[in-house]
Formats: sequence, structure tokens, C-alpha cells
Amino acid sequence: MNGQSHSGRQMAKSSEITESWQIGELATPIGSVPVIATRLSAKDKLGAWKVRWGIGRMNYKVSPGLYAVGEPDEASPVLVSANYKLTFDALRQELSGLDCWVLILDTDGINVWCAAGKGTFGTEELVSRIQAAGLSEIVSHRLIILPQLAASGVGAQDIPQRTGFHVEYGPVRASDIKEFISSGNEATEEMRLVSFTFKDRLVLVPMELVPAIKMSLPILGVVFLSNQFARKPLGKKDLAAFAGAVIAGSVATPLLLPYIPGKAFSLKGWLAGLCWTAGSLQLSKGFELQDRMLAAGELLLFPAISSYLALNFTGSSTYTSPSGVKKELKYAMPLISGAAAIGGVLMAAAHLFGKGEKK
Amino acid sequence: MSLIYLDDVSTLALASNKCNGCGRCVQVCPHGVFASNGKKPWINDINLCMECGACAKNCPTGAISVESGVGCASALISGWLSGSEPSCDCSEDGKKCC
Ligand code: SF4
Ligand code: SF4
Repeated sequence: MNGQSHSGRQMAKSSEITESWQIGELATPIGSVPVIATRLSAKDKLGAWKVRWGIGRMNYKVSPGLYAVGEPDEASPVLVSANYKLTFDALRQELSGLDCWVLILDTDGINVWCAAGKGTFGTEELVSRIQAAGLSEIVSHRLIILPQLAASGVGAQDIPQRTGFHVEYGPVRASDIKEFISSGNEATEEMRLVSFTFKDRLVLVPMELVPAIKMSLPILGVVFLSNQFARKPLGKKDLAAFAGAVIAGSVATPLLLPYIPGKAFSLKGWLAGLCWTAGSLQLSKGFELQDRMLAAGELLLFPAISSYLALNFTGSSTYTSPSGVKKELKYAMPLISGAAAIGGVLMAAAHLFGKGEKK
Repeated sequence: MSLIYLDDVSTLALASNKCNGCGRCVQVCPHGVFASNGKKPWINDINLCMECGACAKNCPTGAISVESGVGCASALISGWLSGSEPSCDCSEDGKKCC
């Protein structure tokens, strides 16, 4: 394993010359190490945007191994990170003006926190990567700085006896790295806490919206077909109510998360969907009986869809516990599926057999 | 505005008699669940715990236990449907990016 990784590193080096973010090479006792840019290029930014929207997202990774920032020497700090390109970019753009080493682990192109949870950013990978990089011959000190969020995967107490290196946990956010290093590896309390700001949630929204739209397309297709023969075709108002409910669950709930009442995501999503659906029904006045049946169906089905979509956002949140999500699923899923089923039947009945005013 | 998830669900437990007061758990917890006055820490607010497992993984004396795991609803649902262990396919989602 050791020798293999070593030759892997050599090979990686020659192929990396073509990477746009490499700006040179640095000679070290164990061979040359790529020097990386601390400014992101237009290509890096376009790549990040595409990843967020799910365009060609697979394989957005960099080669694991050792990299140099600035002109590091044997006394320079060593930062460890994951080989997801977005993580790599987020880190290096915070390192301008620093001289340091960056040791990239093979996390299969997954960010630090997720990889730590899975165990790919773990004790074994760290130990073998330290050895493969020949780190003990490159630096004279014996300290490596890990992102704090790697702690779910790495047992810091196991590293010294296996590698000689001690683990220091750095800040949660790459943007605090400079301050952390300049204060002698001291993190403030705030640097240790994970946040979930509006901006954090905003960048996650495309990843909620894209699957929600994909899920909606077949439903719209079926309605388009059934509209050809249904007694009461569904119209623009119904489409608006449906689209609004999808957006309420996948966009509005994530963005307005702290301001919507309740703690359970499904409840928050349901409330958002109910507000929208009820509001849009209110606008279309003068119901007849069939309209009421349709309205009741929409009031049951659409908020259930919002609720389900909001529930999915637990996967992206930074504060939900697995036990909590399990509990929420246990209570919410029967209600969501029940409401959706009854609502769907009512809507279908009103739509297919209702007294239509053919438009 | 701080976000807090469901109450009384976390499986976190701290056995103070095994604790040596190293303070590592206070350091690695991303939600400030522990508090300490320089000696043995205690669980200050268990409802902030997201069961990430960092504290237990880094406790040198095994004083902390927590059932950590995948917390995505979609992973849990597909795990139920397929009857397998839930797995979060973050490689495609790139979620929780830091
Ligand atoms: S499991 Fe994670 S969130 Fe919970 S106390 Fe431990 S470190 Fe903190
Ligand atoms: S990490 Fe373990 S031993 Fe250290 S203070 Fe926390 S509970 Fe005590």
C-alpha cells in the first residue's frame, strides 16, 4: 500500500502540470511538489456554478497528495483537506500570502464533513497519506492542522503513535484559517461553531429545486394528457398553485427556515405550502360543488408535496440529528402520504367527472 | 437567529467517571453542546446535538457515546424501501459543503 501510493504520487505529479490552478513546482527533499494558486480563475468559478446546478457534477475532484502554497519550508504549517474540488478551491483562496503545505486526502471527491461522516476522511486515509507524501521528511515539526469538521471521521488520539504527527483541529470555516494560524493555532468560540446562514442555505437551493422540477415533470405530463378528455380540465390557476407548492417546499422553506414556525422540517414545509395553496385558491372565487372538491383536493395534496420536499432539506441542513430525522419521518410520512393520496383522488374525481365549463 | 431541531432525541451520553478532562470534546463539537470550566466538561444543551459523532470519535477514554449516522430523510427513506442501511450519496450532492 505504501509503495503503491508513493508511485501514485509520482504519477499524479506529472499529470497535474496541466491543471490551471498549478502555478509552479517546488523542490523538496523527496521530489518536487506542485505549487497552487490562491486566486480562483473564471474556469474555477464556472465549474463551481455548474456543480451547484448539477451539471456534469461527477468527478469534480483533484488528485490527492501534497501541495505547496507560497514558498513553504520545513517549519511551515501543514493543512489537511479533502479532494473535492469545491473544498480545495474554498481552502486555497483563503491562503493568499501564506507559506504552507496542503495535504489533500482521497475522499473520493466528497467534502470534508460528508467524507468524515462516511469515514473516507478518516484515520486510515490520513495515516497512509502522511506516509505516502513523505511528510516527515518535508517538515521538521510534527503538527498537522485538520478542519474541525473532519473530527467525525478522524480519531485524533490515534494519529501520533502511527505517524509521529499530532493533530490540531483548525476552524470550521476556511475563511478563519489565517486568523487561526496567526493567533498561534487558537480558535475563537465562534470559529468552532457551524452556522447555517441565509447564504449557506441559498447555495443549497438549486440542489433542492432541480430534483423537485424533475419530479414535477411527469405529473404535468399526465395532467396534460388527461386534460384532453377530462370533463373539467385543469387550468393555469391549478398549475400556479402546484408550482407554488413545489417552490414553497424546495425554495421558500430552506430560505425562510428560521422564520417559519415549528421545528420539524415537514411541518415548516407544510405550513409554507398551505399558505400558498390557500392563498392562490382564495384568488379564484365563486366555487361550485365540483370546484370545492377540486379545491379540497389541492389543499390536501399540494401542501403535502411541499412538506415532503422540505423534509428532504434535512439532508442539507447543518444541525439535524439522525435520531430527529427518523422521528420526524415516523410521524410525518404517514400523514404526508395519506393527505397526498386522498387529495389526489379528490382532484382526479373533480377533474375527470366534474361538471366542466369547457374553456 | 439560531436554529434548533427536535427536542429530546439525541442519543448522546457522557460518562463523567471515565472522563480525564482533556477538553477535546468541547473543541470538536460544532454546536457547542459541551461546556466546561477547564476541568471535566458536561453536556450543557443536548438539544443542540446533531449526532455527528465527533466528540465520541475523539474522546481518548471512551467516555462519550452517541449513535451517529446518516441524517438525510431521502437516504433514510430509500434505505427503508430497499431494506438496506441508509447511505448518503454526497458525492453527487456535494451537500453540507464547508
Ligand atoms: S455528536 Fe457532534 S453535535 Fe453532538 S455533542 Fe458530539 S460533537 Fe457535538
Ligand atoms: S474528550 Fe472525553 S476525556 Fe476528554 S474531556 Fe471530553 S469526555 Fe472527557
